[in-house]
Amino acid sequence: MELLSYILQQLINGLQLGAVYALIALGYTMVYGVLRLINFAHGDIFMLGAFIAYYLITRLNIPIYLVFPITMLLTALAGYLMEKIAYKPLRNAPRISLLITAVGVSLFLEYFLGLNALFTSNYIGFPRPFRIETYDCSLFTITNVQVLIFLVTAASLILLYLLIYMTKQGKAMRAVSFDQEVASLMGINIDATISLTFIIGAALAGAGGILYGIAYPQINVFMGIMPGIKSFIAAVLGGIGIIHGAVLGGIIIGISEVFVSAFLSSTFRDGVIFFILLLVLLLKPSGIFGKRIDKV
Amino acid sequence: MNFFVEARTQILVSLGVYIILKILFAFHFVSEYIEQITIYSFIVIIASLGLNVIYGYTGQFSLGHAAFYGIGAYASAYFSRIFGIEHVYSFLPVLLLSGAIAGLTGYLIGIPILRLRDDFLAIATLGFGTLVRVFFDNSDRFAEVLGGSRGFVGIPRITNLETVCFVTLFLIIITRNMISSRYGLFWRCIKEDETASMSIGIDTAKMKLMAFAYGCFLAGIGGALYAHLYTFLHPSNFDVLKSIDFLIIVILGGMGSIMGTIYAGIIWVGFIEGLRIILPAAMLDLRWVFIPLLLIALMMWRPYGLITKGR
Repeated sequence: MELLSYILQQLINGLQLGAVYALIALGYTMVYGVLRLINFAHGDIFMLGAFIAYYLITRLNIPIYLVFPITMLLTALAGYLMEKIAYKPLRNAPRISLLITAVGVSLFLEYFLGLNALFTSNYIGFPRPFRIETYDCSLFTITNVQVLIFLVTAASLILLYLLIYMTKQGKAMRAVSFDQEVASLMGINIDATISLTFIIGAALAGAGGILYGIAYPQINVFMGIMPGIKSFIAAVLGGIGIIHGAVLGGIIIGISEVFVSAFLSSTFRDGVIFFILLLVLLLKPSGIFGKRIDKV
Repeated sequence: MNFFVEARTQILVSLGVYIILKILFAFHFVSEYIEQITIYSFIVIIASLGLNVIYGYTGQFSLGHAAFYGIGAYASAYFSRIFGIEHVYSFLPVLLLSGAIAGLTGYLIGIPILRLRDDFLAIATLGFGTLVRVFFDNSDRFAEVLGGSRGFVGIPRITNLETVCFVTLFLIIITRNMISSRYGLFWRCIKEDETASMSIGIDTAKMKLMAFAYGCFLAGIGGALYAHLYTFLHPSNFDVLKSIDFLIIVILGGMGSIMGTIYAGIIWVGFIEGLRIILPAAMLDLRWVFIPLLLIALMMWRPYGLITKGR
C-alpha cells in the first residue's frame, strides 16, 4: 500500500512535468510540420515566458489571471519576430543552414538575455502568485498548481484541435505541412500561415514557461535548454507533426523522468531520456502515432 | 618515401612555423599564456578537421563532436594515470589508443544513428553528446580516478610544441591523402547526393561510417592532447557549446576545405582568447552575444564558409 501510494504520487508529479513538456512540444511539432525545422530557440521562448511572467508579477503586481494572456501575447510577438528576422530569409536555403541558424538564435537569446543589464545569468526565485493548497485523495495528494497545469494543457489541446480542424487557417496549416508548393498554388498565403504557426507555438511555450516557474520556482536564462530538447524528443516520440502525439510524448517523457529520479538516481534522468530518443529513432522513427517512415 | 615527397610543401611550411614558434617561446618573447593558447589552437585544428571530414566532406551533420573529443581526453588521461606515463615517447601510443577508442565509439554509435539524416541526425548526435556528458558527470562511480563532476585532476603535462606540431602535420597529411583517395571521393559523392551515390554502387552506409569513425578518431586525438596540455578535465568542457565551437570553425573555414579549417581554427582561438585579454571581465559575456549573430549572418550570406568561396 505504501509503495502503491508512492508510485501514484510520482505518477502525478510525472504528469505535472509531462504536461509542461507537452505544451512546449506542441510548438515544436507544429513548426516542424510546416517548416521541417527543429526550432532550437523554442526552448528559449519558454524561458522568455517565465521571465516575462516574473517581471509582470514582481514589478507590476499584475494578477495571475492577467499574467497568462499578457505573457502569451508577448512571447507570441517574440516568436513572430524570430521567424521574420532569422528564418524567413532562409526559406529556400538548405535545411542544415536553417538548423544552424536556429542554434544561433537559441544561443543569442540565452546570452543576450543573460547579460547583467537584462535578466542576468543568476538563478532567480519565482514568486508564488497564489497560495499553494494541497488536496488529499487518500492514496495521493494533488496541489492546485498541478490542477492548474493539467487544466491549461487540456484547454490548449482542445483549442488547438478546434483551430486546426475547424477553421480555415487550420486547414491552411495542414495544407502547408502537407505540401508547401501545392498549397501556395491553391491560393494559400504561405508566409502568413507559417507566421501563425510560430505565433501559436510561442504563445503555448510562454504559457508553459509560467507554469514551469510556478511549479519549480527557480528560473534562469539557460532553463529552456533541457526542457526544450526533451520536449522535442517528446514530439519525436509521439510522431512529429501530430498534435496529440506531442501531448502523449510529453507525458511519457515527464513520467519517465520523474520515475528515473525517484527509483534510480536523479543524475541519470537526462541520460534515460536520450536513450529513449535513440530507441525511438532506431525502432520507429515516425513515432507512436506516425504513419510515414520516409520522412527521416 | 613517396609519402614525404608529395607532402614536402606541408612539411617545409610546418617546419618553418615550428622554428618561428620555437624561437618565440624559447626566448620568452611571448607570455606563457600565449604559448598555451598557441598549442591549444593546434589541438582545435585537429578536432575541427575531424568534424570537417564528417560534415564538410561527407555531409553528415553532427552536434556531438565534443563528446568524442571528451572520450579521447578522458581515455588518454586515464591511461596516463594508471600506467604512470610522463614522457612524450610513451605518450604517443596512449595518444593513438585514445584516438582509436574515440574512433571505435564513433563507429559503434554510427552504425545505428548514421541511418538518420540532417536534423534527426543532429538531434541523435546531440543526444549522444548529452549521454556522454552524463557519463562523465557520474564517472567517479565507475572509477574513482575519473573524478565525476569534480573533474579529473593530476594529469601529467606532456603536450608541448614539438608534439602538437608533429601530430598536426602528420594528421593533416593523412587526412589530405584520405580525401583525395578513392574513399574520399566516395565521401564527397555522398555529400552531393546520397541516393545517386548508392545507385552507382557506393556502399553509402559503410562509407559514412568510415568517415564518421575517422572524424571521431581525429577528435579523440585532439582531446588526448588537450588533456595533457591543461592537466585538468571537467565534464562541462565537453558539452554542446564545445560542439558548436567546432561547428563554427568548420563553417567559418568552409565546408570541405582543410586549409580553411586551419585558418579558421587559428582565427577562432585567437578571437576568443584575444577578446579575453582585450575585454574587461565584465564584458566577456558579450562574446557569446556576438558569436551567434555571426553564425546567423554567415548562414544568411555565406552558407558555404567565409574563407573559401564555395559554390
